[in-house]
Amino acid sequence: MNALTLWFHKTGSPPTFYRLAGLLLPWCYGIALLLGAIGLYGGLVLAPSDYQQGDAYRIIFIHVPSAWMGLFAYFFMAANAFIALVWRIKLSEVLAMASAPAGAAFTFITLVTGSLWGKPMWGTWWTWDARLTSELVLLFLYLGVMGLYAAIEDRRQAARAAGFLALVGVVNLPIVHFSVNWWNTLHQGSTVRLLGPSHIDAAMLWPLLLMAIATHLWFFGTVLARTRTGLLELDGGKDWVRAIALGPEMSAVAAPAATERTHG
Amino acid sequence: MKPGSTSAACAALIRRDLTLVWRRRGDAVNPILFALIVVALFPFALGPEPEQLRRIAAGVVFVALLLAGLLALDTLFRGDYEDGSLEQLVLSPHPLALLLACKIAVHWLTTALPLLLVAPLLGELLHVAEPVRWVLLGALALATPLLSLIGAVCVALTVGMHRSGMLLALLVLPLYVPVLIFGAGACNAALAGLPYVAPLLWLGAALVLALVLAPLACAAALRISLS
Amino acid sequence: MAEFLAMGGYAPYVWASYAVFFVVLALDALAPRAQRKRVLAELRGRLKRRQSRTEARR
Repeated sequence: MNALTLWFHKTGSPPTFYRLAGLLLPWCYGIALLLGAIGLYGGLVLAPSDYQQGDAYRIIFIHVPSAWMGLFAYFFMAANAFIALVWRIKLSEVLAMASAPAGAAFTFITLVTGSLWGKPMWGTWWTWDARLTSELVLLFLYLGVMGLYAAIEDRRQAARAAGFLALVGVVNLPIVHFSVNWWNTLHQGSTVRLLGPSHIDAAMLWPLLLMAIATHLWFFGTVLARTRTGLLELDGGKDWVRAIALGPEMSAVAAPAATERTHG
Repeated sequence: MKPGSTSAACAALIRRDLTLVWRRRGDAVNPILFALIVVALFPFALGPEPEQLRRIAAGVVFVALLLAGLLALDTLFRGDYEDGSLEQLVLSPHPLALLLACKIAVHWLTTALPLLLVAPLLGELLHVAEPVRWVLLGALALATPLLSLIGAVCVALTVGMHRSGMLLALLVLPLYVPVLIFGAGACNAALAGLPYVAPLLWLGAALVLALVLAPLACAAALRISLS
Repeated sequence: MAEFLAMGGYAPYVWASYAVFFVVLALDALAPRAQRKRVLAELRGRLKRRQSRTEARR
């Protein structure tokens, strides 16, 4: 086994990852809050108002990063589900299922803020346009994954079944987008493009990108927190979890139970 | 004991499933009744004006058949799961995907085909327009097997659960959205006098793809839920 | 400041959006914390029960 796979297996083992996630967690949240504060100051105070949309466009600083995160979280979940199903890595199962609620939260935010943005701009809370409808289907896919995960008793089997559904959804998502594009679309085109020039002023762009980084970090923060809990639940009978559950002050009480088990 | 040939296994499975359906032939009417009731509700809700009903006829028939198919999906594996023959199927030496394809085909023949046959009648109830009638039938003929195939994958994931009805709907309906859009879209295009072949071709392409992939996915899903 | 809060007349939409954003993300971050407490409490209960059972056997 080469050094890389060895490292991979070591970090992938539940107790090591639990500790590592605990170390990373405050940094994720902390930097996310810091960058988010700077980004929102830039977006709400420093950036000029839009010549067409006035100040209503300032919803973009949460709407667009949330929309990106909704998709990113889905692909993160699907990638982990793929790893979990192919190589049967326990950590990937937990990671995949941990990213579902966070992704659903971001998708929900996207829908609500989009609706709040659409009311003054288009004069309606909701239109059946391609992007809105795809986003709604995305939310349903998340809810389906979470519902299936919650409905199956055995945690590992639940994670594998829900992960499989997530993979089916990955195939479905572009098809949905393509099919709803078939209707005419009201939604404005992409404002930021990775390739080629973007149609946005630099004073508006940097807060947007900062917010995107902040939401990514926040996402990883909640995913790590959920993964820690998921690992505790999954490894409930193991010694390392028992040590955490009982804490330093209670470990003395637990010792007889532990020895009893090894003798029995 | 040497296992028989794969084709013999498929034939036996189809014969067995057909016999089971025939013994409970009263149940086969249920989806049709359901679709009929759903379609009958729309004139009550929207008023009996033929002009208005004509505009929504194709879409309503499509949705009614989709929901009736959703209700019937649950029976695909339930009986086999309860009497243990589903596990035998998974353990058999023959390719599971092929056996499942046979099961899905029988399920489509016994639940969706009757619905397809009453679809023109349902359309008449809603005064479906003359040019739309045949497009609707064609779209349904392409869409219902697609719905059965996609649904089978989701049913395989929920197979061991007790009350899976609502959850199954949540899993299946997002996957049904594109099928509904193209199927009903073809009908609406025909109603407006626009070319309607393209969406039908898309449905056909999706059906060919699903015919190959869905049984494989269904087999993988079944292995997960029975492990 | 009042001008900033008014958001050029779009205040209800803008601030409602931001409120939703912060509330949902805060809930998203607090939920694992509550879940963790629940899992650990459950685990402690299970360990305690097992321990009392072994003591009773002695």
